[in-house]
Amino acid sequence: MHRSSEVKHLASDFNTRACECFGQPPVQPFESHCPVLTDRTVRVQLKVLKVKDGSVFFIRVKPDRTGVVTDGVKHSMNPFCEIAVEEAVKLKEKKLVKEVVAVSCGPQQVQETIRTALAMGADRGIHVEVSGKDYETLGPLQVSKIFAALAKKEQADLIILGKQAIDDDCNQTGQMTAALLDWPQGTFASEVTLEADKLKVVREIDGGLETIKINLPAVVTADLRLNTPRYATLPNIMKAKKKKITNVKPADLGVDVSSRLEVLKVDEPPQRQSGVKVETVHDLVEKLKEAGRI
Amino acid sequence: MVLSCSVCDVIVLPFICIFKARRCIRALKAVRAEHVAPQVYSTRWSSSTVPRITTHYTVYPRDKDPRWEGMEMERFADEADVVIVGGGPAGLSAAIRLKQLANQHEKELRVCVVEKASQIGAHTLSGACLEPTALNELIPDWKERGAPLNTPVTEDKFAILTEKYRIPVPILPGLPMNNHGNYLVRLGHFVRWLGEQAEELGVELYPGYAAAEVLFHEDGSVKGIATNDVGIGKDGSPKDVFERGMELHAKVTLFGEGCHGHLAKQLYKQFNLRENCEPQTYAIGLKELWVIDEKKWRPGRTEHSVGWPLNRNTYGGSFLYHLNEGEPLVALGFVVGLDYTNPYLSPFREFQRWKHHPSIMSTLEGGNRIAYGARALNEGGFQSIPKLTFPGGMLIGCSPGFMNVPKIKGTHTAMKSGMLAAETAFSKITDENLQSETAGLYIPEYKEALEKSWIWKELYAVRNIRPSFHNYFGLYGGMLYTGIFYWFLRGKEPWTLKHNGLDSAQLKPAKDCAPIEYPKPDGKISFDLLSSVALSGTNHEHDQPPHLTLKDDSVPVAQNLAIYDGPEQRFCPAGVYEYVPLETGDGMRLQINAQNCVHCKTCDIKDPSQNINWVVPEGSGGPAYNGM
Repeated sequence: MHRSSEVKHLASDFNTRACECFGQPPVQPFESHCPVLTDRTVRVQLKVLKVKDGSVFFIRVKPDRTGVVTDGVKHSMNPFCEIAVEEAVKLKEKKLVKEVVAVSCGPQQVQETIRTALAMGADRGIHVEVSGKDYETLGPLQVSKIFAALAKKEQADLIILGKQAIDDDCNQTGQMTAALLDWPQGTFASEVTLEADKLKVVREIDGGLETIKINLPAVVTADLRLNTPRYATLPNIMKAKKKKITNVKPADLGVDVSSRLEVLKVDEPPQRQSGVKVETVHDLVEKLKEAGRI
Repeated sequence: MVLSCSVCDVIVLPFICIFKARRCIRALKAVRAEHVAPQVYSTRWSSSTVPRITTHYTVYPRDKDPRWEGMEMERFADEADVVIVGGGPAGLSAAIRLKQLANQHEKELRVCVVEKASQIGAHTLSGACLEPTALNELIPDWKERGAPLNTPVTEDKFAILTEKYRIPVPILPGLPMNNHGNYLVRLGHFVRWLGEQAEELGVELYPGYAAAEVLFHEDGSVKGIATNDVGIGKDGSPKDVFERGMELHAKVTLFGEGCHGHLAKQLYKQFNLRENCEPQTYAIGLKELWVIDEKKWRPGRTEHSVGWPLNRNTYGGSFLYHLNEGEPLVALGFVVGLDYTNPYLSPFREFQRWKHHPSIMSTLEGGNRIAYGARALNEGGFQSIPKLTFPGGMLIGCSPGFMNVPKIKGTHTAMKSGMLAAETAFSKITDENLQSETAGLYIPEYKEALEKSWIWKELYAVRNIRPSFHNYFGLYGGMLYTGIFYWFLRGKEPWTLKHNGLDSAQLKPAKDCAPIEYPKPDGKISFDLLSSVALSGTNHEHDQPPHLTLKDDSVPVAQNLAIYDGPEQRFCPAGVYEYVPLETGDGMRLQINAQNCVHCKTCDIKDPSQNINWVVPEGSGGPAYNGM
């Protein structure tokens, strides 16, 4: 939908966009996409992303202006990914899906996020190791290539991702993955029903709700109203320690993670100027004229 | 005593049941329909109705609550050898020491640490100037292991401030506030590093899970703890995602909750641990991190001040540390003793006002504030140490309180207490011939070990410094006492001065005190409360019962507001308490913004009616400090 403008914004007006959406300063893409693979009879591939926690309001731009400070800042699973995990686990509980695999791309720390997904009910995890410079420039295109490769390798039937990451708000990975795999996509899903070999997806669109029927295998991206994610309780976290997480490198999947985008500059949003109160309409017109607006 | 009527959610007094059935059922229906806190009114024998504030199950038990009928209340349980409550310096040092001993003696030991913060170090706040004595004992090769002690103290300055001037006071060697050999640290990062060391040794760390309940064996000894339940709505009813917490059973449980822990509060009552000691006295510490102009930055410089803006009878002072962590960072803060008497005093605003002193402003001008937080700290010292061991458990760290007040350091003693607890617990647990009278192990050797250690000597030597402030000359009397008795006698004087009693009992009625005129924040050096709270990154799941529970919902307006003009509006560093006009006409009600809470515990300490009981909210809620 807004693909071209989103790609453009990645390289330039980072801050403003994110501020508009969530009222928070933006953050460098800190993606650890974790698709859920589902088996024929559906294997769900979950994308689980580790992002800066949505309640941390103060994000600082790095002194060298290449990004934002992430060290020590509280991180947690991307809220839309939590919804995706919950949906996959619900499908498994309804016995419509055989296996739920949680995947995340990133450095060692994303293992925690995968464990949370395992504690919520995923069966096993895949950690795609990307660290250092590669991780800082990891974007939707590279991630979707990784997912596409994994989906083929694991023979997944359904990929569920969060619709977007709250740090970069790209909203691209799901769509790109579907395109690379040539699979149908049901994005912004607020309801997902499996009917025989087809998937009925109710999508949240600007005009209201749109219901589509797509063939499996397919890609679904989760929107806010899809479900309420369960808590990862302590006994489940303990059990999750015994579940398997396999490590994979992008090179093993034949994916080149080098970025085609270069971040030129990251700036803080301009300080909000205080408004001016005027007494009469006459004053208002004068002020507008002064400011050169009329 | 109040009972809760089992048919409707109405508080009834014994022998009088004011039974508004239809209103209750309507309210219950509204509650079920949408988990929005209903204005359920509790009618009392007095004519006014009080809006219901508290919905927590610790005040309104669930077994009498019809909304909880039929809910699955079984808990999953697991066994460990030692469970440690609190992943701070004391808890983590204890965990590390236990595992070191286990590896040394080739024994298997399961050690679990539960911590309410979402990550280790996120609820840690301190100055801090660390004395590395305990660390040198615990992990001698800390430098090679990358401990974040990057700033040795290079300059040590102490001054008395007046409104415009700064009177330097020489710090003679031998005075407790001499900092030679110490390090300025970001304690949150240090605690995070300790957590990594613990994990490497095989300690099971569970951040994001708060210990909400102490469990007891039938013989009364401590069996372990239970973590918090999740999925309870704001009105106290269960949500779809309700899940019970988990029980962790242990042979011995170490409680390291930090200053004024909520489980420790229960244990004091249960085992009568405070019968032979003085009540603990406290202070509140507020802290900010600033990135300053490089030209003003002097890494390793340690500055402390007393005096302005506090008057001589209000204990408190400031700190300003220049950190060496790559960028020109300073950690600065203000401490106010919670035995202050004027209910109009606002520790937060004193802090903001202090920053405008010419000597401080010169450092901060041109800089940027990047973090804010607050926490209560102990000031009772030696006189206030309670009984530390009880069957099944031990108290470690700032929870019982080992802070050296004149040095303003408590981290090294907290760590040492954790280590001693670990050592004594280890020998007891691995003793094959042990005959324990109780199911939970009773380890009095811990107290004996403490008494033989340097903690005891240190705290004994400085025991009279803080109480020496309780005289007509206040601050100056105290400094005189320190100069004469401590410097010459090092605490060997044969008497032990007493504290003044409970901090909560010190407030004078509002009519006897003058309101304080605080300057408006200028947005560059001083700031308003709400923007500061936003910087702490604090957040809680909004749909849960407020964790600042009131034993009696009518007391805030009837007593705190009426007699003391609502001091909680002023001493809370996060703006949790607000008195707002009632929607139905005149009168005020207390509004609790539980989401803002930074877990400092000041309200539980200073509430003059002792009506506020801080309990732990759902795990992972609270501030998100980064290296505070």
